[in-house]
Amino acid sequence: MLHLVLFLVFGAICVAGAINLLVQSHPISSALSLVVVMASLAVEYLLLGAEFVAAVQVIVYAGAVMVLFVFVIMLLNAGVEERTKGSRVALILGIPGVLAGGLLVAWVLIERTGTATVGLGALPGFPKTIGNLLFHDFLLPFEVTSVLVLIAIMGAVVLASRPEPKNPEKES
Amino acid sequence: MVPVSYYLILSGILFSCGVIGFLIKRNIITIFISIELMLNGVNLSFVAFAAQWQHLSGQVFVFFVMVVAAAEATVGLAIIIAVFRTRETLNVDHVNLLKL
Repeated sequence: MLHLVLFLVFGAICVAGAINLLVQSHPISSALSLVVVMASLAVEYLLLGAEFVAAVQVIVYAGAVMVLFVFVIMLLNAGVEERTKGSRVALILGIPGVLAGGLLVAWVLIERTGTATVGLGALPGFPKTIGNLLFHDFLLPFEVTSVLVLIAIMGAVVLASRPEPKNPEKES
Repeated sequence: MVPVSYYLILSGILFSCGVIGFLIKRNIITIFISIELMLNGVNLSFVAFAAQWQHLSGQVFVFFVMVVAAAEATVGLAIIIAVFRTRETLNVDHVNLLKL
C-alpha cells in the first residue's frame, strides 16, 4: 500500500515535470523541469531497490549533466523560443493517432504483464553487487565505455574550442 | 505490491513526452533536453524489468546508458556551441543549410 502511494505520488510529479518541460517556452525552465523528472525518477528507482542507480541518477544526471545544460543555456544567452505553426494534417491525424497508439500499448502492457508485481525494494542493487557484476561479467563493455568517454572529451574540446585566426599576416 | 505494468506505463509516458518535445520544440537545446527525457524513460523500464526477473544485469545496463548519455550530452552541447558561433541562432528552422 505504501509502495503504491509513493509510486503514484512520485509518478505524478514525474509526469507533471515532463509535461511542464513541453509547455515551457524558455529553455532554462525546460532544463529545470527535467531536473524535477530526474529527481523523482531516482525515488522510483529507490522504490524498486536500485540504490546504486538512484545515487548515480542524482549525482551524474541531475548533478553533472544538467549543470552542463544550464551552463550552455546561460553561455549562449538563449531566450524564449519562437513557435512555428505545424501542419494541420499533423494536428488532425496526430492527436487521435497518439491516443490510439498509447491506449494500445497500455492495454498490451496490462494484458501481458498484468499479474507480475514487484514489492518494495524488489531487487536490492547495492554498490558492492553492482561493482562485482560490472568488473567481472561486464568488464569488456566497461573498458569500451571508458574509451568512448575519452573520445567524447576530445571531441568536445575540439568542437567547442575557438577556431584559430585564418590569416596570420593580419595580426602582425 | 505494484504491478510492473505501472512502471512500464510511466516509462512509456516519459518516452512519449520526449518524442513529442523532440517533434514540436524549435530550440536546439530543448530538443536535446527531450532526448535526455527519452533516455530516462528507457532507464526506468530497464530497472522495472530487472526487478521483475530478479536479475541485476538491467541495473548495470542503466549504468552504461547513463555513461553514453553523459558522453552524448558533452559532444552535443559542444556541437550546439559551434553551431551558435557560426549561425548566431538556436532555432533549428534557421539551421537548414550545410554551407554558410
